[in-house]
Amino acid sequence: MPEEATIVQSDQLISADTANAVSILHLYKSFGNNHVLIDFNLAIKKGESVVVLGKSGSGKSVLIKCIIGLLKPDKGTIAVFGKNVSEIKEEELDKLRAKVGFLFQSNALYDSMTVRENLEFPLRRHWIKVSQVEVNKMVLEALDDVGLAHTVDMMPVELSGGMRKRIALARTLILKPEIILYDEPTTGLDPITGKEIIDLMNDIQEKYNTTSLIISHDMNCVRMTSDRVVILVEGKCYANDTWDRLQQNKDPKVKQFFE
Amino acid sequence: MVLPAEIRSFLSEAGELSRFTGRFFSQAFRPRYELYEFTRQCYLIGYSSLPLIGLTSFIMGLVLTMQLRPSMVDYGVESELPSIVGIAIVREIGPVISALIFAGKIGSSIGAELGSMKVTEQIDAMEVSGTNPFKYLVVTRVFAATLMLPVLIILGDTISLYGSFLGVNIRGTTSSHLFWTQVIDSLAFSDVLPAFIKTYFFGFAVGIIGCYKGYNSSKGTEGVGRSANSAVVVASVMVFVIDLLAVQITDLLGLN
Repeated sequence: MPEEATIVQSDQLISADTANAVSILHLYKSFGNNHVLIDFNLAIKKGESVVVLGKSGSGKSVLIKCIIGLLKPDKGTIAVFGKNVSEIKEEELDKLRAKVGFLFQSNALYDSMTVRENLEFPLRRHWIKVSQVEVNKMVLEALDDVGLAHTVDMMPVELSGGMRKRIALARTLILKPEIILYDEPTTGLDPITGKEIIDLMNDIQEKYNTTSLIISHDMNCVRMTSDRVVILVEGKCYANDTWDRLQQNKDPKVKQFFE
Repeated sequence: MVLPAEIRSFLSEAGELSRFTGRFFSQAFRPRYELYEFTRQCYLIGYSSLPLIGLTSFIMGLVLTMQLRPSMVDYGVESELPSIVGIAIVREIGPVISALIFAGKIGSSIGAELGSMKVTEQIDAMEVSGTNPFKYLVVTRVFAATLMLPVLIILGDTISLYGSFLGVNIRGTTSSHLFWTQVIDSLAFSDVLPAFIKTYFFGFAVGIIGCYKGYNSSKGTEGVGRSANSAVVVASVMVFVIDLLAVQITDLLGLN
């Protein structure tokens, strides 16, 4: 077992506390005989930045896909702003998704659309009623936030890996989400570009006071972005503490991540 | 009794395709309707296929006429050449060949496009952006393929008959008026209607199979290639199966 400070007191964490942006309680998710999440519990307070750390294939991406409603949990509750994601109607889920940004590991930019169209897409699809002038302003503002206003009429294929990640982040930002879910934001990037993305994430957190849930196994990213780190081991929330305290933890399952 | 693995796999695939088709019908007629995307797909699927179908149809009409001529001359019925070619093109060869070309071009393109979107998480990104990806990607493409193939086949048959007119005139002289009068006189309502109706089914099959293969693509870029390939193979086979069923049904209805 991990040390006292990191032991997860799940039911206490997941109270009906309205300060929680996300509350996950007794979450189970399997794919056939592969039990990915087993009684997983987590609460994230508004404005907090939580990193979920785990080995490849440990179920980190499955976790955030359950939070956004892309995957349906087998059992358990996921409440985002107090609404149970797996029980609400499709229209309500869409409204909720407008408040939750998702940065995909592969960026997921639409290849057939320009950068501008990529950014406009969530605005139009969420039926946000704004004039074209306002849309243009919002697109440029989001691109400005990531320092790529000059790429507005380019195609994704013309951009480098780091630029695509920034554009994907701009697309996430355009709806001014209250929560941002980051799936491996620095994977596949060189250390310098990775650092730029981390700085950008911190700037966004500061500027918009967003709640962040970051999935990563890049220790540099974990250290620089986390208020709190959750370690996912064998489908469970094994440890839950600050970076500094976890770093000093002697438990072998925790220690392996910091060696 | 345990069925062989190949048969089980075939039945499982057929079951999945049926479920996918059921999902299409359950979502297709419920709002929100993606009219802009549907129109865009009609343009992409219909307009972009026209040059290829036009060219192949023209060559087919020309070659068919040139190949038939010697036998017709031997039997002394050369003058019936426009009638025979007209019936063959309108009833069978035109729809089937055009549908096969369409399956090769559009089936593979839909399979690869959706497959690539699936493996790069673009479909998930659409869902997160408040879009029902099934409606936006699948329903629009299937409707566009269903409606555009009949139009392409009508145009293809016409171009094919022009090819035939050229073929008739390479070794002989037949006026345009005589050629078209013979073609039109030889065609009855029972020739045209079943041939036209089955083209909707061809288009639907190509669209739904392309979307099914792409939407369920997996295993990275290799999976995308496999989706595109199997979309063409399965859609082409389905064209023949539908054609066979159409002939049986027209026969039963006494339209032959």
